[in-house]
Amino acid sequence: MLDCGLDMTSTLNFLPLPLVQSPRLSNLPGWSLKDGSAFLDKELKECSGHVFVDSVPEFCLPETELIDLSTVDVILISNYHCMMALPYITEHTGFTGTVYATEPTVQIGRLLMEELVNFIERVPKAQSASLWKNKDIQRLLPSPLKDAVEVSTWRRCYSMQEVNSALSKIQLVGYSQKIELFGAVQVTPLSSGYALGSSNWIIQSHYEKVSYVSGSSLLTTHPQPMDQASLKNSDVLLLTGLTQIPTANPDGMVGEFCSNLALTVRNGGNVLVPCYPSGVIYDLLECLYQYIDSAGLSNIPFYFISPVANSSLEFSQIFAEWLCHNKQSKVYLPEPPFPHAELIQTNKLKHYPSIHGDFSNDFKQPCVVFTGHPSLRFGDVVHFMELWGKSSLNTVIFTEPDFSYLEALAPYQPLAMKCIYCPIDTRLNFIQVSKLLKEVQPLHVVCPEQYTQPPPTQSHRMDLMVDCQPPAMSYRRAEVLALPFKRRYEKIEIMPELADSLVPMEIKPGISLATVSAVLHTKDNKHILQPPPRPVQPTSGKKRKQRATDDIPDCKVLKPLLSGSIPVEQFVQTLEKHGFSDIKVEDTAKGHIVLLQEAETLIQIEEDSTHIICDNDEMLRVRLRDLVLKFLQKF
Amino acid sequence: MDPESSRLLPALCAVLADPRLPEPDDTCLEKLLDWFRSLAAAGPSLRLLQEHPCLVELLRRSAEGPEPSRPVFAFSLRLAGVLSAQESCFHLLQAKLLPLLFGEQGAPGREAWMAPTVRSAWIQGLHSLAQHPGALGFLADLGAVDRLLTLQGDPSLFVVTAAGQLLVHVLGLALHNCGPPCGPPLDPQWPLLASSLLAQLEEALQPASTPQLLQALGVLTNAFTSCPAPWAPALWGRLRPAMTCLLEGQPLQAPHALGDLLLAVARSPEVVVDLGPWEMLALVLGRLEPSQGGQLALGVLQLPECPQALRAQAFGVLLQPLTCVLSTSTDAPGLQELPPSAVGGSASLDLLLASRSACVGLLCCALARLALLPPLPWRPSPWPQAFLLGAVVAVLRSCNGHVPISAAGGRLCAALVGCERVQRAALDLLGALAQDAGPPELVLEVCGVLLEHVDSPDSSPTVLKKAFQASLTWLPHADKKPHPCGLQVPAQLFLPELLQVLRKRLCSPSWEVRDSGLEFLTQAASLWAGQADFRQMLQASEVPPLARQLLRDPESYVRASAVIAVGQLSSGGLWAHPGDQQGSPLEGLLDMLDTDPDAFPRRAILQVLTAWLRDTHGPLAAHPEPLLARAFQAAGRDPDWEVRARGLELAREFLVQTLGRIGVPCPYVPTPLLDTPPADTQALHPACRTRLFEFVFPALFDYDRPVARAACELLLLLRAQTTTCATPPQAGDTPDPATVEAALHCWRTGEAGRPLGELVPQAVLAVLQALDLDDLRGTLADGSDHAEKSPLSLLQDMLAAAGAQGHNQVDCY
Repeated sequence: MLDCGLDMTSTLNFLPLPLVQSPRLSNLPGWSLKDGSAFLDKELKECSGHVFVDSVPEFCLPETELIDLSTVDVILISNYHCMMALPYITEHTGFTGTVYATEPTVQIGRLLMEELVNFIERVPKAQSASLWKNKDIQRLLPSPLKDAVEVSTWRRCYSMQEVNSALSKIQLVGYSQKIELFGAVQVTPLSSGYALGSSNWIIQSHYEKVSYVSGSSLLTTHPQPMDQASLKNSDVLLLTGLTQIPTANPDGMVGEFCSNLALTVRNGGNVLVPCYPSGVIYDLLECLYQYIDSAGLSNIPFYFISPVANSSLEFSQIFAEWLCHNKQSKVYLPEPPFPHAELIQTNKLKHYPSIHGDFSNDFKQPCVVFTGHPSLRFGDVVHFMELWGKSSLNTVIFTEPDFSYLEALAPYQPLAMKCIYCPIDTRLNFIQVSKLLKEVQPLHVVCPEQYTQPPPTQSHRMDLMVDCQPPAMSYRRAEVLALPFKRRYEKIEIMPELADSLVPMEIKPGISLATVSAVLHTKDNKHILQPPPRPVQPTSGKKRKQRATDDIPDCKVLKPLLSGSIPVEQFVQTLEKHGFSDIKVEDTAKGHIVLLQEAETLIQIEEDSTHIICDNDEMLRVRLRDLVLKFLQKF
Repeated sequence: MDPESSRLLPALCAVLADPRLPEPDDTCLEKLLDWFRSLAAAGPSLRLLQEHPCLVELLRRSAEGPEPSRPVFAFSLRLAGVLSAQESCFHLLQAKLLPLLFGEQGAPGREAWMAPTVRSAWIQGLHSLAQHPGALGFLADLGAVDRLLTLQGDPSLFVVTAAGQLLVHVLGLALHNCGPPCGPPLDPQWPLLASSLLAQLEEALQPASTPQLLQALGVLTNAFTSCPAPWAPALWGRLRPAMTCLLEGQPLQAPHALGDLLLAVARSPEVVVDLGPWEMLALVLGRLEPSQGGQLALGVLQLPECPQALRAQAFGVLLQPLTCVLSTSTDAPGLQELPPSAVGGSASLDLLLASRSACVGLLCCALARLALLPPLPWRPSPWPQAFLLGAVVAVLRSCNGHVPISAAGGRLCAALVGCERVQRAALDLLGALAQDAGPPELVLEVCGVLLEHVDSPDSSPTVLKKAFQASLTWLPHADKKPHPCGLQVPAQLFLPELLQVLRKRLCSPSWEVRDSGLEFLTQAASLWAGQADFRQMLQASEVPPLARQLLRDPESYVRASAVIAVGQLSSGGLWAHPGDQQGSPLEGLLDMLDTDPDAFPRRAILQVLTAWLRDTHGPLAAHPEPLLARAFQAAGRDPDWEVRARGLELAREFLVQTLGRIGVPCPYVPTPLLDTPPADTQALHPACRTRLFEFVFPALFDYDRPVARAACELLLLLRAQTTTCATPPQAGDTPDPATVEAALHCWRTGEAGRPLGELVPQAVLAVLQALDLDDLRGTLADGSDHAEKSPLSLLQDMLAAAGAQGHNQVDCY
């Protein structure tokens, strides 16, 4: 199984979970059907024309119906965003396999899960809505609830215990490490340049190579650069995890982020940045580190609020081997690779596990707050939205591309604060994909259907699709696709003693052949040629003899193998020397026919066979056969 | 020639002529030749040769002696040419030396001819020599034309170019010498040399002779620009049959060179009465692919007199790529205004969309060429303003990823999206088109697309700068378009949004962007400070305080631009924002002048102070003296010479204002025009109070000469104003000469003492009288290396180099 992501957009259908009692959210009117039926008014609330489920948020799981997940042997994880559904799979499907991921992926993935569990669990909600999921009722609901897919499979968030159990099934791997999977294939993680520890995977046998490219970046940010060279010579390249916002250039977006942040703060407003606790936030903090002095923002406090803020900031500094070269070299100075250490030291950046406690004592305005969750449905961000939403001096800047910012803002309407959308997605865009594919030249590209056509909203943007030759094979949800190659060869090892016994014969310059008599031993998809057992000495016991013949495979006397070709002219001359006359030679599509008219005999000489056809004259046939064999090599 | 140089010249010639000595440095030889060239220009060369027979001897030994080094031989060829440019000297040398140098047994017959420098020197020598009728005969005797035509195929590009230039020169000289053409106007009697040269060039104008064709066309193109006017029609008449034949060739050979020649013919006013070149130009234009014909079409459109039909055809060629662009859009304004040749069809569109690089290249060229047309008085008429605006807007939209609803539009967009080159060219054209307006709806679209580019986070700093510049031209110009209510309607919609974006841009993390934003603000403020609407909109925005905050920007360029912007806003009285409590920025600027670690902002501050001082209503108008005193003091101790120089400009401006007009501002007028009576010593008091002279007098001895020269010029003007001072200083007020001398010593050496104490007007006058400013001006006018650059120094260096080499050789053996 390749990756194990969790679709969290389902949470956008739910009301936010406020950390502090919110009269506004508590007093939202219940929603009733057109006919006036109000039986859903406890479950559904209306806010500015939108309907939300008033319940603990639920998540949309990966497809579980298509295959029996208990039969999955291995899960390969690309990056920490692609493992958020892991507890659902490992703990509830009978999964007994192994999960492979790099160390930063696991550690930061753990932080993301921990934060998620914390956000949900610290605001316990008595109510659990399920009526609305009834298909007959769902049909009557307004969009987007009406159009939500497979709501019955949506699940509440997992627990920390499940997280720990899931993570215990992960085996840590390093870049370029070769991992044998049951002898059948070898998998290797490669740096994908997107996030700390993010990987692309090579899955290869001795004769086939499949590359899985997911969430990669060619931009120079904090992670180790993408390893492109190892993707070359792939039979198939599975391509996914491209940028979600192909029209937004990350550099430009960072510029917009900084400009809008400075403008707001200069006017006395506060800036709220809903974000994940790891990833782009490191780059944003680094950018702000360089920018705040020039923008005259040195006195403005930056707050990073997350249950895992401290761990995230500290982890980032210790994964030196997973960082880009510049940051790695800083470690040897020694300096912290990320400048946020200095921001913390100088008190410009302060981090807190939540708004409660120390934060409320230190809180000064105007300020900039980085906090989660980017969906605006849970986490400390809900509090700041409620607190600052009424003033037009404040600004919320969306940098995470995973959620539609308009949908995220819907339960906060009407909203006076300014909203800026600066999605920063450093993953590959279509131009970069084209260059990458030209560089690595896979025989076939397989990608989601969405990548093979322009986005529906920009149907004429031919540049916003994967452009490669031959055209990419596309797949859609739940579609089963046969990859365009067949396994034709297997590699077989020869035991040294067997190899030692071989006597190769050179049949062409540089090509030697030898016949091999051996026992093929196959175990765990590995094939080994072993020397045949020695003939057993005859023993007196009948029983023992019988047993020996059972064990030893039949070793028939083998005819010698022939090689070489028959030069027709010389062959004819030889026939004449041996007294054959009236010889005719005819060319055929596959070779020649030598006709011995007098002897009423036909010799068909073809590339890989020679037939002597004579009329019941075995003596003549054997004579002719021996003449033919003179031209061939035997071994 | 000075006597010392005269004395050294024979020794140098002997050194040069001695093949055993090492080759002299090429640069020295070049300088030496420059010196001889200046001597020849200053007086008769014959006298030079007579007074310095060593020169003839050098030429003789080069011509007759054993093979000299190639640089010296090349030098001799060029020297002989320079000296023989005068007829008298030519006759002296022609008898023997010139044939030996330039003839068959000279350079072309020697082994040194293999060196491109020698071939080039042979051509340059002949080029210098060919200045008089006598030279023509010499060239004819040498068979120079044949050899020059051969050298047109030389492997060295320098030789080819020089040979071509000499051929043109020879043709021009031959035609000049024989006076106006005799005989039938189109078939006159040609001078022999010209006739022989033209015959060979005509022969090369055969479609089959491709290698020579390009060279012949190049020579003829240059010939038309330098040929005597009366001969131009005859030259055209002679070439016309060969040209006609060439144009009939399939495929058309060397179309670009042919186009250049035809353009050169068309530029000749004597020829254009004939329709021939126009017809041929039309033919060539018609036979060229649109992607090839752009340069020729532009050439045609730049001709002031050109048949309307040809102009329309050429304009059509330039417009064709844009027609293709617009054809991908459902809304194509102004297509009916176009000449028929501009409408390409699907083949042209396919050609445009063939590849991304082809599309970008073609569009960039077309846009850049069209941008040159609007200022031309004879630009095509009717001018398709609506079409051009629509097309440029479509191009810019495509670059930003807005796709016209068509398949071709999608392909075009895929080729252009994010293409900075096209954006730059299109914005330049949009700026050039602003001299006409256009339909209001299109003007709104233009404003929209400009705003899009100014606002887009993906706009590179260069594109952003161009978008700002184009926005400036598209906002109504107060001088050009007076409007009773101030700004025009689109501006009232456009400007507030532009200012909103500018606000954001001034906070950009990219310093280039902040800098461009400030430049735009400065220009906008200087253009429209007087317009009530603009003032109101600007003051309502947060832009002025933001600009002021950028005075503390970490990037020095941005701080400098912020200083200029703040200066402009202050001059225009644009600080009067109700919320702006910070008052005048003057104090802040003076603090910066003292403390800013970079020179750019400090220079900008003095520039702003000078501008404010000139402006009688500016921030310095009220009580300038204490502030100027601080400025002069800071400028005087500034480590950057340009800051000190700008400080002197400020000082000069202050003196102009306090003493009256002491000199015209134009630096090219040699003597000051005194249009006011001489100044009273009392008039010097304000300057003394600002301690201006404590800054100017030491500046006179500044180590950086531009500063010293500026100070000297300033004091000379002051002296001219004060020497006829009506009230002579009282004996007791004047400091004694020893004190003045001590003060001068302090300033000269940079010591800290102040023997004169506070400089009062009498002391200033005394110092002025004690200074020999005229002599100082002369000294400062010489470059610091004037001694090293003198011919004598050159001769000494060359001799020393030769001697040193010889000395080492002795040491070695």
